[in-house]
Amino acid sequence: MSAAQWQHFPHEADVGVRGIGESLEEAFEQAAVALTAVITDPERVEPRRAVPIACEAPDRELLLVDWLNALVFEMASRNMLFSRFEVTIRDGRLQGTAWGEPVDRERHRPTVEVKGATYTGLHVGRRADGRWVAECVVDV
Amino acid sequence: MDTGQFSRHTDYSWHIEPRGRMRVPAVIYGDEALVREMDQKVFEQITNVATLPGIVKAAYAMPDAHWGYGFPIGGVAAFDAEQGGVISAGGVGFDISCGVRNLCTGLTVTDILPLQEQLADMLAYRIPAGVGSTGAIHLSPTEMEAMLKGGARWAVEQGYGTADDLAHTEERGCMAGARPEYVSEHARKRQRSEMGTLGSGNHYLEIQRVTAVFDEDKARAFGVKKDDIIVSIHCGSRGLGHQIGTEFLKKMVIAAGEYGIHLPDRELACAPIDSPVGQEYLGAMRAAINCALANRQIIIHLVREVFAELLPAARLTLLYDVSHNTCKVEEHEVDGRKRRLYVHRKGATRAFGPGHPDLPEAFRETGQPVLIGGTMGTASYILVGTDQSEERSFGSACHGAGRSMSRHAAKKQWRGKRVVSELAQRGILIRSPSARGVAEEAPGAYKDVSAVVEAAHRAGLAHKVARLEPLICIKG
Repeated sequence: MSAAQWQHFPHEADVGVRGIGESLEEAFEQAAVALTAVITDPERVEPRRAVPIACEAPDRELLLVDWLNALVFEMASRNMLFSRFEVTIRDGRLQGTAWGEPVDRERHRPTVEVKGATYTGLHVGRRADGRWVAECVVDV
Repeated sequence: MDTGQFSRHTDYSWHIEPRGRMRVPAVIYGDEALVREMDQKVFEQITNVATLPGIVKAAYAMPDAHWGYGFPIGGVAAFDAEQGGVISAGGVGFDISCGVRNLCTGLTVTDILPLQEQLADMLAYRIPAGVGSTGAIHLSPTEMEAMLKGGARWAVEQGYGTADDLAHTEERGCMAGARPEYVSEHARKRQRSEMGTLGSGNHYLEIQRVTAVFDEDKARAFGVKKDDIIVSIHCGSRGLGHQIGTEFLKKMVIAAGEYGIHLPDRELACAPIDSPVGQEYLGAMRAAINCALANRQIIIHLVREVFAELLPAARLTLLYDVSHNTCKVEEHEVDGRKRRLYVHRKGATRAFGPGHPDLPEAFRETGQPVLIGGTMGTASYILVGTDQSEERSFGSACHGAGRSMSRHAAKKQWRGKRVVSELAQRGILIRSPSARGVAEEAPGAYKDVSAVVEAAHRAGLAHKVARLEPLICIKG
């Protein structure tokens, strides 16, 4: 079984998203799944269309916020939801692809839209077991 | 929070004297129970705000304060540009100019009850709400520009409402000083199909019944009496505001470093008011205020269309429109001197008292209506600004119930369908595309709005005028 997983953690007004993986990239990909899970069950979203995403930031933590905000923008402006992600990170630059489909209100039953990723509860690093974790609170 | 951390000045105000990097004291308003229930993060965040350059007098937290980003939600802070004061995107929040707009209908509860189901269904059908909903209005680049400059005034010019609506909106419906040139293409793109949409989360449209009047004179002046039907809308600047908040938060994290501003928390990102980034944010944020005002104006037009079909006797007149996530330039007297200050209200409502020159004619004598949104199962309130609020909180009061439980915990505790059926038994009809969304917004996930309002009343921030309870709630 893959070590990759996502979680939510509580914030009084909003939701924290956390991605865990064997690599920094995998943690970022899982954090993106956690972001979708704030809105709907990611399993209900079919990865039918690919959207390329690129961002860059001076450190890993700011890069995580940029990555999630790029996804928020693509979801809002394309009226799409995403469920599969692939990321490569080199020298503070992220190249990624998000696969998803247009929002189907009957099938996806979206709960809430995400306004943006925040610097609250923001952390990217390696845990004692060697796995990477990438997390922050998102405003809904 | 442990109340031992404060010096208690009155039954409803709790002070933290400056320590460490704090430049001014921090003051939390609330009764003992509310302050005890607040997360320790509120203490941490409000004392962090007190460290920012150019802050004047004190950093304030309203009785509904809860853990936010950088600033607590329910935070108020004023800055003086002449003393190196800052402007903070985090101090306004992502949902720029989110606010509440109430309409009187001229109807009473007996007019509504026979048509309650039909009205709920029709409002849910006509008012775009929730993720994936789009409005019927798609703005061209020229229209977008005009909307960002004109706000609700632009919307009225397009036929969505009347001049009388503008007289009953903060800033008379149009925020001066908007600079659309600082609104990015991304922000515009997010807004293109979102005009006249309610959004999701804690945003709503409610049909409410006036269940109590506390101040007959002020209620009469506001056109409100017991058993009246009120329409209340809670929403903001939609994708455009969220994108501006996101982009400037990042720019200000970088700018704060360049200007040598110590940030105890990155989310407090700010820039000197007089810096290029500070001025760009001010111009973009004011454009987002206009977007929120236009959005709420279009929504009430849609509501009026529904009433015209179903209840043609109704006459929907705007009571007032207040924004609770803003930074506004205001004159306040501090230590006997009038000063021009940049007042940040993050989840706090302006509450100007009688005689304030910025108030529209209709409220010059009474003080302004302060509209407090509650939960779908409890109550909302109309308050009025007081003579003391200027001195106590730069003319500010609470904005809502304030969450007491995370969405995460709420989702585990309640089932959306159950919440809907329990509320239906109490005569409250909920219409929402998402059962999970209803569970996350369950009334039990919020503080007791009546306790919050009572504390604001007793602290002298705003006085109670009327209590409203929902009959219909459209949730995004």
